[in-house]
Amino acid sequence: MSSDPSSILPPGLAPGLAKTASGIQGLDEITGGGLPRGRPTLVCGSAGCGKTLFALQFLAAGAVSHDEPGVFMAFEEMPEELAQNVRSLGLDLDDLVARGRLVVDYVHVERSEIEETGEYDLEGLFLRLGYAIDSIGAKRVVLDTLESLFGSLGNEAVLRAELRRLFRWLKDRGVTAVITAERGAGALTRHGLEEYVSDCVILLDHRVSEQIATRRLRIVKYRGTPHGTNEYPFLIDSDGIEVLPITSAGLAYAVSTERVSTGVAGLDEMMGGEGYFRGSTVLISGTAGTGKTSLAACFADAACRRGERTLFYTFEESQHQVVRNLRSIGVDLAPWIERGLLRIHAGRPTLHGLETHLARIHRELREWDPQAVVLDPVGSFVAVASPVDVKALMTRLLDLLKERQVTTVLTHLNAGGAPSEQTDFGVSSLVDTWLLLRDLEAAGERNRGLYVLKSRGMAHSNRIREFVISTRGLELVDVCVGPEGVLTGSARVVHQEGGREGTPTPGPRAARERRK
Amino acid sequence: MTAVPADEGCWELRLYVAGQTPRSVTALQNLKRLCEDHLAGRYRIEIVDLLKNPQLARSDQILAIPTLVRKLPAPARKIIGDLSQTERVLLGLDVRPAG
Repeated sequence: MSSDPSSILPPGLAPGLAKTASGIQGLDEITGGGLPRGRPTLVCGSAGCGKTLFALQFLAAGAVSHDEPGVFMAFEEMPEELAQNVRSLGLDLDDLVARGRLVVDYVHVERSEIEETGEYDLEGLFLRLGYAIDSIGAKRVVLDTLESLFGSLGNEAVLRAELRRLFRWLKDRGVTAVITAERGAGALTRHGLEEYVSDCVILLDHRVSEQIATRRLRIVKYRGTPHGTNEYPFLIDSDGIEVLPITSAGLAYAVSTERVSTGVAGLDEMMGGEGYFRGSTVLISGTAGTGKTSLAACFADAACRRGERTLFYTFEESQHQVVRNLRSIGVDLAPWIERGLLRIHAGRPTLHGLETHLARIHRELREWDPQAVVLDPVGSFVAVASPVDVKALMTRLLDLLKERQVTTVLTHLNAGGAPSEQTDFGVSSLVDTWLLLRDLEAAGERNRGLYVLKSRGMAHSNRIREFVISTRGLELVDVCVGPEGVLTGSARVVHQEGGREGTPTPGPRAARERRK
Repeated sequence: MTAVPADEGCWELRLYVAGQTPRSVTALQNLKRLCEDHLAGRYRIEIVDLLKNPQLARSDQILAIPTLVRKLPAPARKIIGDLSQTERVLLGLDVRPAG
């Protein structure tokens, strides 16, 4: 074994370091397999950050899924609170205890009821824990919250010596332990427990910024295992804690050469005649009213037509509004919703913090496994976070979507007057294909133009085309170049009717469409 | 003046130890001397070795060794340590010192 294996080996491959599945969704991915097997892990955080739930989930996973019974030693919680906590994970505490999968020991020490009269040690605690472990062959142990002993016993020197001995003892017993501790001012724990636990320290955090709360998890220390030092957002809901692994090494995904229709024949044509790459990320940007949502919806419609599960996030309109508006241009999404192929999620960005949004999307990706996703519009996230944070979120989200081979369409509203070849938070460099919609004003008309600003890995048209929205859907029409420059709308129709050769002729029909 | 317990009757004391360690031996010696001095004829000492009966640590809420529990008279009281600080032991047991 080399002196510093962590520097050369990828996660999970450090020699001699066995891991134990933590039971916490996402955490094992960050840590390359879970918590260090047979060693103590310190989980610290302030009140209400989810420490106890973390610990319970760890035990429950062992007891239910990994044939590793566990001991829960509660220094603070009372039986009812604990049972409630466990019930929130969909488990029955009494049942686990009755089946010998779990031992729960409530340690109750009231300082006022105890007189200290000379030297002592905590051998009683050791015997108690040892007996509990032996009685069910426990492989996992939780001490929640061990530090409260500092409030119960007066002799700190004895306590510190005994805690040091306890952590060594836990290792000797070979149990995988989670010790929870309260966050201290300026230190990880109130009584410096991190000093005794050298293997793995995890910090849980619950922060409120701009009135939006976000939970975050950070691995402060993990001996022998390379780990991200990032803060990872996590959620607490009916399934317990779920950590969102940031796919920091996210450039390793497989790519597809399969093409999928954009939902607009003319646009497919512009993109080598075939459309987007499956699993690629497409940005549609443009000023207000240029048809971004319509174009994205056509893609969703086409995806459903192919039988693909499609997720449509709308951050500015309600589901009904989206469906109604699209029906007016000949795109009917309702049947797809009824058939369960399309899910529209409507919600203001301010409903949750950025991470929570990411977490929810992540969860849905995992559970429903859609093949196509629309986010309309992504720029609205700027309302809840700084552009830097939004870019970080988008990077993570897009990596995640790519990894899952989900074809994704994002829309972005360019503020009037702002340079159109730019997004508020630099998302453009993350996308594979960028379609720009813009107004073309000429001859007293405002028409829509579309061009492909970039499209990685495919031959694509360099032409600006006119983008026509009618009750029958979206159409792309070649613009005409006449002596006066680019002709769109009526000017184009007139020009075409004038018998110009070599232009495809939507001609008179397009003229009718335009004028209604 | 002789020691007067809170109520009449026998003092039931239980000393929890973990094997024959020097500290538990000291605690027992201290306890016996103290009882003879203040509760002569009115006490009973039971010794519980948690090495032999580890399950009692949980049911009786024992962490520290040695722990002395006054079972009777009620209410129960706990005293931890080797009982070398006589004043504090008497205070903990709520025994008024004799003499």
